[in-house]
Amino acid sequence: MNGVRQRFTVVQRILHWLMAVCILAMLFIGVGMVSTVMPKYLTLVSIHKPLGIAILVLALIRLAVRLVYGAPSLPVDLPGPMKLAAHASHYAFYALMIGMPLIGWAMLSAAAYPVVLIGGVHLPAILPQSDSLHALLWDAHILLAFAFFALILLHVAAALFHALVRRDGVFEAMASVSTLDEVAPAE
Amino acid sequence: MPQPLRPSAGSVFGSLVLIAVVIGAAASAFAYTAGWFSPERITPDKMVDAFTPPTGEPLGHRKNHAKGICFTGMFEANGAGSALSQAQVFVRGQYPVLGRFNLGTADPNAPDATVRVRGLGLRISTPDGQEFRAALIDLPFFPVSTPEAFYGLLLASASKDPDAMKTFAGAHPEIAAFGAWAGSAPWTGSYAEERFNSLNSFIFVDSSGAEHAVRWSLLPAAQAVSVSPDDLAKRGPDFLEQEITERVRGGPQHWTMVVTVANPGDPTADPSKAWPDDRRTVEVGTLTVQQIEAERDGPCRDINFDPTVLPTGMKTSDDPFPAARSSAYAKSYDRRTAEAADYPRTGATP
Repeated sequence: MNGVRQRFTVVQRILHWLMAVCILAMLFIGVGMVSTVMPKYLTLVSIHKPLGIAILVLALIRLAVRLVYGAPSLPVDLPGPMKLAAHASHYAFYALMIGMPLIGWAMLSAAAYPVVLIGGVHLPAILPQSDSLHALLWDAHILLAFAFFALILLHVAAALFHALVRRDGVFEAMASVSTLDEVAPAE
Repeated sequence: MPQPLRPSAGSVFGSLVLIAVVIGAAASAFAYTAGWFSPERITPDKMVDAFTPPTGEPLGHRKNHAKGICFTGMFEANGAGSALSQAQVFVRGQYPVLGRFNLGTADPNAPDATVRVRGLGLRISTPDGQEFRAALIDLPFFPVSTPEAFYGLLLASASKDPDAMKTFAGAHPEIAAFGAWAGSAPWTGSYAEERFNSLNSFIFVDSSGAEHAVRWSLLPAAQAVSVSPDDLAKRGPDFLEQEITERVRGGPQHWTMVVTVANPGDPTADPSKAWPDDRRTVEVGTLTVQQIEAERDGPCRDINFDPTVLPTGMKTSDDPFPAARSSAYAKSYDRRTAEAADYPRTGATP
């Protein structure tokens, strides 16, 4: 199944763009909420938690889909460092998409805050109460949030570079709206 | 796959500029959202910094109400609150409580007699996994109307400008009521004799979905005995903690929780305005304090008594303070847990 697709499957493309919106919203909500004391603070926090868990669930589904369907091969003429960066960034994205919500959840658990989702639905604590773990996870959550946003900027820059400068089909592999899961004959 | 057309050098340059503009705009939007272009924005960091006393930031301690002592006990609901809120905490029954008596000061070593405002942090846990957290103080109303004004008050109090407080009072005349209270309200010699008030307005949602704007108070069972500040000053720096420890050792202490229901039109957004005395009140249960534990090794040290941690059936109102308190308490919590080495547990079993 691997390596012969021109594009990501429709399910992968839908997951990618849906999660792109969720994750960007999440990062903006995150930096916004920790920098205000106004009533919107509570509104933003109340979105941040369930949206984070939604991203975790979507990321796990996406990882499973990726393991089944793989990804289209990169162009053969893509320079080695760019190929390496492309592959490394995908690992980083998956690590962050799954790791950030878990860190947030663990951080709330270590502080003995109730983890409330929508409508009073509670998640169990995944760590015992601990001041040192809370401090560590809080630092990690903030640091990785900025790293995540920086990675997204790099990703967007690279995608546009493929689309506008290299014009090598990498951008279209994810941006295409075609519903055909086009598979090229193996060469 | 057909060979793509390679763009000309000129169009490559144009594309690179476009990419730079897109990335720059996204980064700027992010920085704007984070407040980096808004030096006037009151952030939780600035709010917490504004509490820093002349003695320096109390490392490892709460950044305000820094001096306190833990208690555990029980809340016994009598069932009457269920008419106002569907929260399980008001269903007749007993629910475990973790709390903290505290002083409204940013100095954890302040002598007890020097602090005018006394507080009580409360966490009631119910079997449905929900929590009702609250942080109450003995003031009958809050000194100012808005979180912005409160930030201004903190700055004015710490200012070296001798006219700063006068200027502030001119812009915020509601502060005069606090001054009157601080000058005339009797002092007591015990946390057990204090009435504690939510100050902020909240919304209770009953089982039919109807909403009720409320405030709540804890009324002491112990008779309040007025003691002059001069006499209190002679009692030693930690007399409140010693007194409550001994008193509770002698027997549990009780408070009645009373919910006051607003009439239509009562000011819910402004905690500096007390509601008229004739408003409907409902006694919803009794808080019993059964055991006192020193904060350092006690169960309340690492609990944030965030007044927005509320069960289903209770929520915040248009009062802007709970949001401001929540954001600042979280910041204080994040800082002090990172500073735990400065206030380490001794490992002694309490």
